Amino acid sequence: MAAEGKAIDPIHQFEIHPIVNFSVGGVDLSFTNSSLFMVIILAAVSILMLWGTSSKSLVPGRLQSAAEMAYEFVASTVRGTAGESGMKFFPLIFSLFMFVFFSNVLGLIPYAYTVTSQIIVTFALAALVILTVLLYGFYKHGTHFLHLFVPSGVSPVLMPFIVLIEVISFVSRPVSLSVRLFANMLAGHITLKVFAGFVTMLLGAGAWAALAPLPLAAIVLLTGFELFVAILQAYVFAILTCVYLNDAIHPGH
Amino acid sequence: MDPVAAKYIGAGLAAIGMGVAAVGVGTIFGNFLSGALRNPSAADGQFGRAFIGAALAEGLGIFAFLVAIILLFVA
Repeated sequence: MAAEGKAIDPIHQFEIHPIVNFSVGGVDLSFTNSSLFMVIILAAVSILMLWGTSSKSLVPGRLQSAAEMAYEFVASTVRGTAGESGMKFFPLIFSLFMFVFFSNVLGLIPYAYTVTSQIIVTFALAALVILTVLLYGFYKHGTHFLHLFVPSGVSPVLMPFIVLIEVISFVSRPVSLSVRLFANMLAGHITLKVFAGFVTMLLGAGAWAALAPLPLAAIVLLTGFELFVAILQAYVFAILTCVYLNDAIHPGH
Repeated sequence: MDPVAAKYIGAGLAAIGMGVAAVGVGTIFGNFLSGALRNPSAADGQFGRAFIGAALAEGLGIFAFLVAIILLFVA
């Protein structure tokens, strides 16, 4: 791929271009294509939830059942993972799920920009989750929250190692939570672009152009797979948020 | 060794990690499925846990992918 690196650059699609240049005191606050898609995502989520819940009919219409399904899906995930006391975090988890879901799915539209393919966006979301866990854990349980790192029933000889492992696993949570979402989106979009590159390369290679429909068919299949990954990663992000919040609600398992 | 060649060899070696993560995810879903076929009534309750495990196993493969991407396009 390095030889054709200039002609077909699979990374090019992730570039951020400023649409409206704007800076305050040397800090670049330009309105970029990433910001534009965040606004679009916010508008899409708001339209779905506000219009979907505006009529409140007993027999729901299409938009209302979509809104109700989204609500019920996230609510059952929260109840199943963090228990009934986890429902006080439902607004946070629902917002995260809908934001990630819509940015993943809208990003699959050709020429659209995938907000979650930027590590800074996913890391900001993961940092929000981990800070919520830490603040709520210490606010609710005080120093008892530290029992999270000290499992009961471990022999004193092993204890330092177990505590070390638990601390490392806790510290790597925001990293893995953000990198998982970001890298899945990045990998999927790069794969689609590489296969699209195969189509153009074959078309420009004389008689080999007869084979061009093969990678094109692969793109169709991969797009379907990417749709599955987009939905799955939104679900995984939401359920891992619930698992981490469950540690803050019920520490010292 | 030529640094550019070393970069590509490193990216190729990092790709092995993704295959190993695939083994992990396959083990999780394979065991989930065999457990679910033995006791289908308990399967729905453990669906979320299967995905948590798969997400954690996949995360390590994603780190390998990240190393490859950094070697190819950033370093």
